[in-house]
Amino acid sequence: MSPADTLTQPALWPLSMIVFLPALVAAVLSLPIIPKAREELIRWVTLATTIVVFVLSLWMAWPSLFGAAGPAQFTVGEAAMQGVVKRPWIPAFNIEYLLGVDGISMPLVVLTTFLSVLACAASWPITKHVKAYHVLFLLLETGMLGVFVSLDFFLFYVFWEVMLLPMYFLIGIWGGPRREYAAIKFFLYTLFGSVLMLIAVLMLYFTSDVRMLSDAQLVGAHVVSPAADGALQADAIATIRGAKSPVHTFNILALAELGQLPNSPFAAAAVWGMSLETWAFLLLLIGFVIKVPVVPVHTWLPDAHVEAPTPISMILAGVLLKLGGYGILRICYPICPGAGLSLAWLVCGVGVVSMVYGAFAALAQKDFKRMVAYSSVSHMGYVMLGLGVWSAVAGNQFRWDAWAQGVNGAMFQMLAHGISSAGMFFMVGVLYDRVHHRNLEEFGGIFNRMPVYSGLAIAVFFAGLGLPGLCGFIGEVLVTLSSWNYSRTLAVISAFTVILTAAYILWAIQRVYLGAEYKGPHGDHLTPITGRELAIAAPLVFFAILFGVAPQLIFNYVTPSVNRQVETLADWTRDVGGKAVQPVAGGPAAADMTTVR
Amino acid sequence: MDLGTLLTSNLTDTLDVSLPHFRTELALSATIVLVLLCRMLPVLRWLDSGFVAMGGVAFALWYAWCDFRGLPGSPWATIAASQPGSVELFGGLLVFDSLTAYIRLLLCGFLVLYILFTKVSGIPDREDGADFYTLVLGSSLGMCLMASANHLLMLFMAVEMASVPSYVLAGLLKGRKASSEAALKYAVYGAGAAGVMLYGISLLAGVLGTCHLPSMAAELGRIVGEGADTGSIMVLALGGLMLAAGLAFKLSAVPFHFWCPDVFEGAAAEVGAFLSVASKAAAVALAIRVAFSLGWLGDATGVTATGLADVRHFSVYLIGLMAAVTCTLGNLAAYGQTNMKRLLAYSTIAHAGYLLMGVAAAVAMLGVDPEGCRAAVAALAFYLATYLFMNLGAFAIVAVLRNRLRSEEIASYAGLVHTNPGLVVAAVVVLVSLVGLPPFAGFVAKLQVFAALANAITKGIERPLMLVLLVVGGMNTVLSLFYYLRVLKVMTFDPPNDARVAAAAPVWLPGALVTAVVVPVVLLGIFWGGLLAVAQLAGTFAS
Repeated sequence: MSPADTLTQPALWPLSMIVFLPALVAAVLSLPIIPKAREELIRWVTLATTIVVFVLSLWMAWPSLFGAAGPAQFTVGEAAMQGVVKRPWIPAFNIEYLLGVDGISMPLVVLTTFLSVLACAASWPITKHVKAYHVLFLLLETGMLGVFVSLDFFLFYVFWEVMLLPMYFLIGIWGGPRREYAAIKFFLYTLFGSVLMLIAVLMLYFTSDVRMLSDAQLVGAHVVSPAADGALQADAIATIRGAKSPVHTFNILALAELGQLPNSPFAAAAVWGMSLETWAFLLLLIGFVIKVPVVPVHTWLPDAHVEAPTPISMILAGVLLKLGGYGILRICYPICPGAGLSLAWLVCGVGVVSMVYGAFAALAQKDFKRMVAYSSVSHMGYVMLGLGVWSAVAGNQFRWDAWAQGVNGAMFQMLAHGISSAGMFFMVGVLYDRVHHRNLEEFGGIFNRMPVYSGLAIAVFFAGLGLPGLCGFIGEVLVTLSSWNYSRTLAVISAFTVILTAAYILWAIQRVYLGAEYKGPHGDHLTPITGRELAIAAPLVFFAILFGVAPQLIFNYVTPSVNRQVETLADWTRDVGGKAVQPVAGGPAAADMTTVR
Repeated sequence: MDLGTLLTSNLTDTLDVSLPHFRTELALSATIVLVLLCRMLPVLRWLDSGFVAMGGVAFALWYAWCDFRGLPGSPWATIAASQPGSVELFGGLLVFDSLTAYIRLLLCGFLVLYILFTKVSGIPDREDGADFYTLVLGSSLGMCLMASANHLLMLFMAVEMASVPSYVLAGLLKGRKASSEAALKYAVYGAGAAGVMLYGISLLAGVLGTCHLPSMAAELGRIVGEGADTGSIMVLALGGLMLAAGLAFKLSAVPFHFWCPDVFEGAAAEVGAFLSVASKAAAVALAIRVAFSLGWLGDATGVTATGLADVRHFSVYLIGLMAAVTCTLGNLAAYGQTNMKRLLAYSTIAHAGYLLMGVAAAVAMLGVDPEGCRAAVAALAFYLATYLFMNLGAFAIVAVLRNRLRSEEIASYAGLVHTNPGLVVAAVVVLVSLVGLPPFAGFVAKLQVFAALANAITKGIERPLMLVLLVVGGMNTVLSLFYYLRVLKVMTFDPPNDARVAAAAPVWLPGALVTAVVVPVVLLGIFWGGLLAVAQLAGTFAS
């Protein structure tokens, strides 16, 4: 690695360290020289690693906290991709080590590193195979972070799959009674989705041709590094222009530019009567919604979440579900806008169905953790609805503000759910550690026995409920408002779901925390919350309140990038998509085509 | 031409052209003689036949590398290559090109690792060593010839030369009933398949009037292109099917796979490793060779060209359907297995299916899209190389565990993670790589085969079949996950059920061996540019 690279790509080391430091430490920890018996040492080393990674990500995301901003750090309010790292990996397939962050991925990276610290701290009660657990935990962290920062589809896919194996073992070895079933179910579901994704990736790759892009687009999409000097850039562009056969690419930004061209190669190629774009959108969408998850592919989630140990449930609900939403936002829509426009009803529809189904299912649960798991299905439904509301159509004069509101709301909902659901799983875990059961019917009176814990837990549950002033409210209200412009029916349904949400959460609070006294098993073990537990719960409650009263802390990051993407896609709808795609049932009629350029 | 000139021209052809390209095989032959001599002469008794074989194979490997390095277009050439890409040896019986050179290199490289493996695992013992290594080297010699066969007679002899020693190898564990049964089954099946193939060859030769593959292609293209009577076409199709049956037997493709599970279960794990890696590599090379030679002539025009296009279409569908069925059946049948070697047997059947998918894609793009065709062959070459490490690793783990546990049942691996965490990590890497998940080499290999299919689809070449193959391949990956994970589940989740496992002590030498085989599986999954360059050079013959 030459010093010149470090100069032109200042984020090379910081970003790479954020991703690979956990894996490096995992490799060291797995060496036989670290004795298995030194459990406390292994726990502390892991915790220290997650903290270092968290601080690194914070250093990158919030420069003003660390004094003067360096070139590798993130500029808040800028929409474009920042801190791009571009190194050749497999030139024969144009595969690159291409990393970068923008307003969409940066907050998710920080959320991941933050929750990893908390989940690691929550792993202290784990006493079985401590060394293996922490090695797998760190590998999982590398996988998650890698997905959020990858801009090369191949790299993205590798990280996406790298998460599966650690997760399988984490659920399967350290999980509850039905852990084997839950672990294999999780693995099979996700692998099924990712194989479909792989097929879509390959089809997109072989259809792509970066020669179709203009010079500015080549530089903008980092096919040609903008950091290189003029002569080098000209050389690289000349090489691409001079190629005799199509130059394929895995670069997600370049694929997005290609997908949004008026003569998009993905829209032209047809397989069995449907454009490649539609196929790719559907295959990628299936891959991502399995992770989100939406009804009817959600059934792995209650099993996996319930059987997983508490810290892994926190990671699963807090981060892994967000990967699906992130994938849809980063990959599905920009690369396949035509299919996104014509299939908006599908995305919104499954979102609303999950919302309602998840809420009803949560109402019916007797197991505390299972109820929280189903609440995740319901809450992630809002994310799907927010991402899907393609309201910038002709009937709406191609105004994109309502749509942008929905996508911003979905992003906020993802981050807020990352905090509230991780909190809810942790709160359930605290109780489970003491009384070793999760039966809602057998709880009651916890408030009297553990007042501090109960206060924090109720705050977190209220955040999940979407109480104004707490983080869950903002995302839900923005999504519901924006969906009004797309479909009033869906807006009304999603607004009414809030009542269901309130019902299952309030009912759970009533059954668990209120009441005269605890009559269930192991009542004498209900000791007050420990300092370690408090140190995990308090930050979660703090951020649940903070983001509820000051949502702009998140929106400052998210909005510029989201708005830019939505605006670009709205322009695309006006210039390209509106002509090709007929409006669908449920959306406003495309009567006004006069604004076409 | 009088006898004198004929002899002289033959002599120059043999001495100047053929033999210099035949050094690898000569080295292997010399090694066989040396191993046998060491056994016969009392003076040389003290020499361990394994190390003699290792030395000879090292020479063969060096020659194979020199040949490979000297290929045109090679980035590793020390002197500029002057020879053409394809040289016919011994009057057209054999052909030397990048595929030949690559398979030789692969086989010799495999043999080095394999002999190390057998030295560590202890089968064969010192007494059987000479027999064992003679058979292994003899079979490998046949496999080298399979990769370079350019004539149906040579093809038949090479297949037999590779097969007959393997029948004996399958019965290596002389005292064991299962082993003898495996050998007998293998021999009977093999004889049947050889008979069918020979019959097919005679049908083809009868209609086409030659056994030299390129001449056959010219004649075949003309006959098919001119629309000969249905009788000849039927005979040709029948002959082609019978030839394919013989090749499918070597590849253990459905429906000629029945020998495979029984042989793998009955024979020693060491033999399974040899059959699954070396035999498969040679069979894939031979399938490519036959399909390419009979389906494409660089200078064909007019009717011949259209006829050859029909021939290719036929073979693509034949190979493709066989691939889809082989893959699916192999994976489904693996579900019910309780014996690890039997499970691996079905796994090799499934992998034969994935490999055949790549062959189908390569044949489909042959002549239509040369670049895509070369990439498809490179994908297969890459696949075979990674498969070498994956399967050698899998069988090495089985052998190490057999030596410790005296069992090859999956159930006996329960709770192994408590006593042998290192070995279990190796098993995780190998088996997950066999599923085809990143960041392991198996993923990259599978990805390239799928990429070849996707490439054909986007170019509209044999699109319906290629689409079906891509979807079938993808779904099979999901199918296969379950049974590989079941083994890992037993090793990690289940409690140890046996005192013997708990009593086991760590093993150093086998551990080092397993590490040496498994580390490449990880490294080639991340840094696969180097191997890709080698594989791409292997694919250059298809131009």
